[in-house]
Amino acid sequence: MSYARTLRCRKCGQEYPLQPLNLCESCLSPLEVSYDYKAMAKELSREKIAGGPTGMWRYRDMLPVEGEEVDIGTGFTPFVKADNLGGELGLDHLYIKNDCLNPTYSFKDRAVSVAVTKALEFGFDTVACASTGNLAASVAAHAAKANMRAYVFVPSVVEPGNLVGTAVYNPVLVKVDGNYDAVNRLCAEVVRAHNWGFININLRPYYAEGSKTIGLEVAEQLGWRAPDCVVAPAASGLLFTRIWKGLDELYMLGLIESVNTHMYIAQAAGSSPIVNAFNAGSVHIHPVVPDTIAKSIAIGNPANGYHALMIARQSGGGACAVDDSEAIAGVQLLAQTEGIFTEPAGGVVIGTVKRLAASGAIKRDELVVAFITGAGPRTQDILADVVQPVTVQPTLESVERVLGVIA
Amino acid sequence: MGKRQVMFTFPESLTKEPTIYDIGHRFKVVTNIRRADVTESRGWVVLELEGEEQDIEQGIAWVASKGIRVDPVMGDVVEG
Repeated sequence: MSYARTLRCRKCGQEYPLQPLNLCESCLSPLEVSYDYKAMAKELSREKIAGGPTGMWRYRDMLPVEGEEVDIGTGFTPFVKADNLGGELGLDHLYIKNDCLNPTYSFKDRAVSVAVTKALEFGFDTVACASTGNLAASVAAHAAKANMRAYVFVPSVVEPGNLVGTAVYNPVLVKVDGNYDAVNRLCAEVVRAHNWGFININLRPYYAEGSKTIGLEVAEQLGWRAPDCVVAPAASGLLFTRIWKGLDELYMLGLIESVNTHMYIAQAAGSSPIVNAFNAGSVHIHPVVPDTIAKSIAIGNPANGYHALMIARQSGGGACAVDDSEAIAGVQLLAQTEGIFTEPAGGVVIGTVKRLAASGAIKRDELVVAFITGAGPRTQDILADVVQPVTVQPTLESVERVLGVIA
Repeated sequence: MGKRQVMFTFPESLTKEPTIYDIGHRFKVVTNIRRADVTESRGWVVLELEGEEQDIEQGIAWVASKGIRVDPVMGDVVEG
């Protein structure tokens, strides 16, 4: 039994039944799932969670699902103390939440697992999304597992080679002859016209809840406590808000003692509408046209930007944008210190941690968690120039001479 | 008849223009403002447009041509 009770508008408080709906009909703000926390608290304990499956569904009681979950093995990803990287950056307690190691190589599996589970509950036989990479692969994989039809809408500018990791699951790939704005508009029309579960439109409130599990895991993996500082990437801002919601819920349920976490937003300088608003002291997110190599976080008009901005401000955190060269340097630094190969969005996070540590915003003795949300191989073209082998002749003498080593 | 939920973001030079009045008159589009924040220097309005699809499209194109940014209110759908 789920403890989810309604969909609630964060802005005006209007409530709706649990249905496929993403916007408040009154004020057109995003809806989110609200729960009966009193009842949930009676049933939940650290022990009950720890005794659950080794994956995101150990937090099922905190998710809005009734039916059998569509699970491809997502969650409970590695949480490592990054002493080498921390040493480089001057942080004594730096941790990496490595969500590259989900089944389709990004945190999107968490969100999509819940969204596709709800799609089945709502009686949809078709799911859809619009994506250029990580989300597309995750939706296609979960649809395959659930025996559902999947349509993946893709702007025509996306190279076919970038879609192999999606096409392998055999969704219907729909290449739209138009720019990103045209795809956005088209998808909104498709939702109105067809009875499909559109993962990040009419299923968005449920999709959002799946993201929450990354925050829950971090608290559990820290021995049931919240970090002092979180540094997480923001595209739509949804993940960032749900990390906070996860920590807040654990506190409400009495599963952690306090939440004094400073929340820091990391964006690419070429797509940083939330950081811009933070730095300007504004409460309004002015959309931008993205221009960055960090495609997985390149969203110019972030649906949850306002909420993410408020969390960064009210938690005593901040917001930071790093340029593409810093993102690439971040990818390499993480790989070369901790053995973790992330996509450019992860490089943005590492670049942000570096800046925050250097400026003193994050203190040496604070417990910092950097959220690495997608793996590197899908975007390895940005690093082609790191491949610089030395050439030797097939003789021991040549190896020793060229490498400067003597037996 | 169709409906479209959009956000208009105005540059400083256009915050005093009666754009929403104009779109209703020029394109047979009913405008229904749900949220807004307009100051002397800039502003935004979240509203619903109702009318024939063709009229809504033409109205949006006209607003955009004036230098006002038009975005879907649900945010960008295309994700990485």
